[in-house]
Order: sequence, then structure tokens, then C-alpha cells
Amino acid sequence: MRLAGISVVILLIIGTPLAWWLAQTRSRAKVAVEAITALPLVLPPTVLGFYLLVLLSPNSMLGGAWRDVTGTSLTFSFTGLVVASVLYSLPFTVQPLQASFEAIGRHPMEAAASLGAGPLDRFFTVATPLALRGYLTAMVLSFAHTLGEFGVVLMVGGNIPGQTKVISIAIYEHVETLEYAQAHLLSAILLGISFVVLIAVYATNRRFPVHAG
Amino acid sequence: MSGLFVDITLDLPGFHLAVTQGFAPSGLTAVFGPSGSGKSSLLRVIAGLEARAQGRVSFDGQPWQGPNGFIAPHRRGIGYVFQEARLFAHLSVAGNLAYAGRRARKAGRQPDCAAIVAALGLEGLLTRRPSGLSGGEAQRVAMARALMTAPRLLLMDEPLSALDDVAKGAILPYIEAIRDDMQVPVIYVSHSVSEVARLAHHIVMLEAGQVRRVGPAQDILSDPAAAPAFGIRAAGSVLRAQVLAHHDDGLSELAVSGGRLLVPGFAAAIGAEVRVRIAAQDVILSRTRPEGLSALNVLEGELTDLRQGQGPGVMVRLRMGADQDVLARITQRSARALGLAPGQRCFAVIKSLSIAPLDVGGSGPI
Repeated sequence: MRLAGISVVILLIIGTPLAWWLAQTRSRAKVAVEAITALPLVLPPTVLGFYLLVLLSPNSMLGGAWRDVTGTSLTFSFTGLVVASVLYSLPFTVQPLQASFEAIGRHPMEAAASLGAGPLDRFFTVATPLALRGYLTAMVLSFAHTLGEFGVVLMVGGNIPGQTKVISIAIYEHVETLEYAQAHLLSAILLGISFVVLIAVYATNRRFPVHAG
Repeated sequence: MSGLFVDITLDLPGFHLAVTQGFAPSGLTAVFGPSGSGKSSLLRVIAGLEARAQGRVSFDGQPWQGPNGFIAPHRRGIGYVFQEARLFAHLSVAGNLAYAGRRARKAGRQPDCAAIVAALGLEGLLTRRPSGLSGGEAQRVAMARALMTAPRLLLMDEPLSALDDVAKGAILPYIEAIRDDMQVPVIYVSHSVSEVARLAHHIVMLEAGQVRRVGPAQDILSDPAAAPAFGIRAAGSVLRAQVLAHHDDGLSELAVSGGRLLVPGFAAAIGAEVRVRIAAQDVILSRTRPEGLSALNVLEGELTDLRQGQGPGVMVRLRMGADQDVLARITQRSARALGLAPGQRCFAVIKSLSIAPLDVGGSGPI
């Protein structure tokens, strides 16, 4: 749960400028960046997890640098898990945001510029409120996706109680050890949370239909 | 140099805009031209919304674009009214106005909110959401929002093109009020001759990305040589007139040089200055004062120009009084039969009902 919450915050911070850039740019790099962003959608989690394991391990350049600076390892730690799930859930943040930024188009932004609003001002006072639905969808999808992920977490984080133990892996463990009652309980909690969150999202969307343009 | 000066080129796919032009530092300048002539692009360049434009733009001596840099649109102190209202859907009408007002005050300009709301008749709309407004209402809010920036220059890009005739007729007086009362130079892009005739002090005519003609509106509108550019059926002159009386039978009487005009009744104070557009094709010419006609309006003037076009028609200009012209479009055959030649006295016959309500517009100097 904590992992999902932190991941969503980081995802919004990284994903918003990325989605904005993708929605605005005419650069040729756009296609490549879009493809890379979407990779976690099609790759088996184990493949992604494997590469992340290699990349983050203390023997690699990145992981080594991290260890030299902080003295901790990225693999099999909570920090490593956050990095992994941010990458893994990136498309679930970027794609809804990009779609709603594209739906807004440049018209309201030009109008805001003509009214004396600078670029950042325009972004926060016009684009962001108009893209509210996109933000909501992005947050819920990436939260739920992080909550439910399994393969990447297992590869990068292992299963260390109090550190890298997440709900989905706990369920797997309970099933392995034939503790069906606990597995039922955790699964039901996850199902309940997901359902309630989605209901809340769709109800909000109905009550506050924000139309772009 | 005071006012706006533009010396730019803009290359778009299949289109090249090249304009070197100074604009009047006050009054309403209409940029007129057919669709695709580059009017809107020119306006976007002036606003700084076309980053690809090359060249120089300056306003009141301050460079907006040139070799020494580029002032971003939000720092130019312009107001911009787009074809679509482009109101912010997440804000109320009052919120949209306040959005502009806050930023204008931050930039050191002081919009008079109450006067703007009153001038555009928005008192009853302030709490509404943009999605609940009619097209005409939304465009009025958009104009008020642009004025709330207390702009140094107001740019309007065919603000009426998305509206039907009734809504257009309802909005035109508001635009006239902006033109006459707000002390801000306006550049108004339009392809509608009747809007230009009703609103413009000056005209800049664009064709295929180039300036074809520039001058005072009255001169250009009544110049037979310019008529083809306006479209031969839309060409017509604009007369200055004074309201003399409103009659019981639904007609209003106006004084113009060369006589009196009866036009369909409209609201204006007795003595008010108005402008009336008379389409060239609605004018009949006669060498003698006609009698026994149903047409109510007969104006006398001197024939100054005869200009033959491609088709069977001739554009004839009559001068009334010191500085007013009436354009008449008649057939070559009639011109020959009447033996028309410059210098003759002639009578122009105008059917009252051929003057549409949209053709009679509010006061303000021409």
C-alpha cells in the first residue's frame, strides 16, 4: 500500500511533464519515446524485472553509484521497489494524461497566453483543471496497477517482511503454503479496495463532467 | 513610431504570407480578404502565436519581434478575440473575466470591469458556466474577457463568423461600442463586406498573402476598382447619415449629402450619426429625376467614374456633396442606352427595403 502511494506521487511528478511533452511535441523522437513508455504494457513482468535487477544491482553502474552515495542497495530494498514500480506503471500514468492534454488542444492555451498568462501559469490554471479527469484516471490506474503487480516486485524486491513484502506477494505466499483463509482475506481486501476506488472515480466523473475545449 | 508596424514573411505549406504594413494608431482597421488570403495568419503573427514567422513586428516603437528577440504573446499587452469564443470551461463567466483582469493588473494595466460588463451587457450572465451560453453570448463574454486585459491593441479574428444573422445583428452594436468608447486600436479580420462596411475606419485588403490595397474605409468601399475584390455582388458604398425622424409606418428617415433616405426602422436617437451601406447592385440610375416610382429614395449626384469589368456589368460612381460616393452596378447595355459619361448629373434610385437592418450601423466617425 505504501509502495503504491509513493509510486503514484512520483509517477505524477515524472509523468506530467512527459505526457505534456508528448502531447505538444512535433519532434520525431516522439514515436520512440511513446514506444519506450508503452513497453511495460507488452513485456512480461519477469523480463522487465530481470533487466531492472541487472540495472539496479550494486554491480552495475547505476546501482553501484547509488550504493556509493547512499550506502544501501537498490535491489531487494524498498527504494528499489519504488523505482521498479514507477517504471512498470509509467504507461498507466502517461497515457491518460497525454490523451487529456491532447484533447484540450492548443486553443485554450493560446487564449490564456493572449490574456497575459505565462507558460507555467497557463499550465496550472488552464491545462491542469481541464485535464482533471485525466489526472484522476492516471492516479487510479497507476495506484491499482502498482498495488496488484507481482512479477517485477518478486524479481527486484524479493520478499523481505516489513521491507519489500507487498500484498500480492503475500497472497501468493499464502497460497503456496496452503493458507487459503489468509489468501481469501487479503484477496477480498484487494478486490474491495479496487472496486471502491473505481466506483468513486466513475461517480466523480459523472458528477463533475469536465469538458475540454 | 506610433501604432503597429509589421514587416514579416510566413511560409506555410502551400502558402506564403509577405506583409509590410503600418497600421493606424487608433480606430478600427479591417483586414479584409477572401478565405485563405492570410488574414488570420497575419493576426496570429501580430499576436506572436506564429513562431515560424520571419521579420519584424513593433508596436508604439517597442519591438515585439525582430533581430533583437521575440516578446512572448503574454507580454505584448494584446487582447485577442478568436473565431470560437475559447472560454475556459472550468471557470464561470465572472471567473473568465477575472482571469484576464488579475493578470492585467499584475502587468500594471487597469481594466474597468464594471464598464466592460455594462458595455457588453453581461450583468445577467456572470454566474453562468460557458457550456450554458448561446454562441452570441459566449462571443460577447470572449470580447469582454479580451477587454479585461486592458489591451494596448485589440485583435479580433472573425468574431462573428460562427454566428447566425440574428446573433450577428445583436452583437454588432457591442462591437461598435468597443470601437467608439474603449480608446483602443482594433484590428478586425473579416471576409464579410457588410461587417467591414459597418465597422471599419481603415481597410487593409489582403489577397493571396499580399496587401493589395490600403486606405480609409469609405474611399476603398466606394472605389469601383476595388469592387471585384469585395465580390461584385457584395460591393457597395457607405454613406454617413444623420437620423432625422422615425415614422409611424416603420421607416426611419436619414439625411445624407445629396438628399434624404428612408430605410427600414431602427433604434437610434434623433440627430445621431449613423452609417448606411448601399449595395451597388441595388442602385438604379436615371438621367432625369424619376417620377411615378415605388422606390422612395432618389439621390442626386455627379457621375465621376465608369468602370467596366469582365462581365456584362459596369460599376458607376456618383459623387454626392463634398465627399460622399454612391456605387451603382448596372449593365453595359443600360450605360450605353443612357449615354452615361463622367461629369453628368445623375439620379440614384434606391429601394428602401433593399437596405437590410444589418446595413445600418451605429455612430462613430467613419
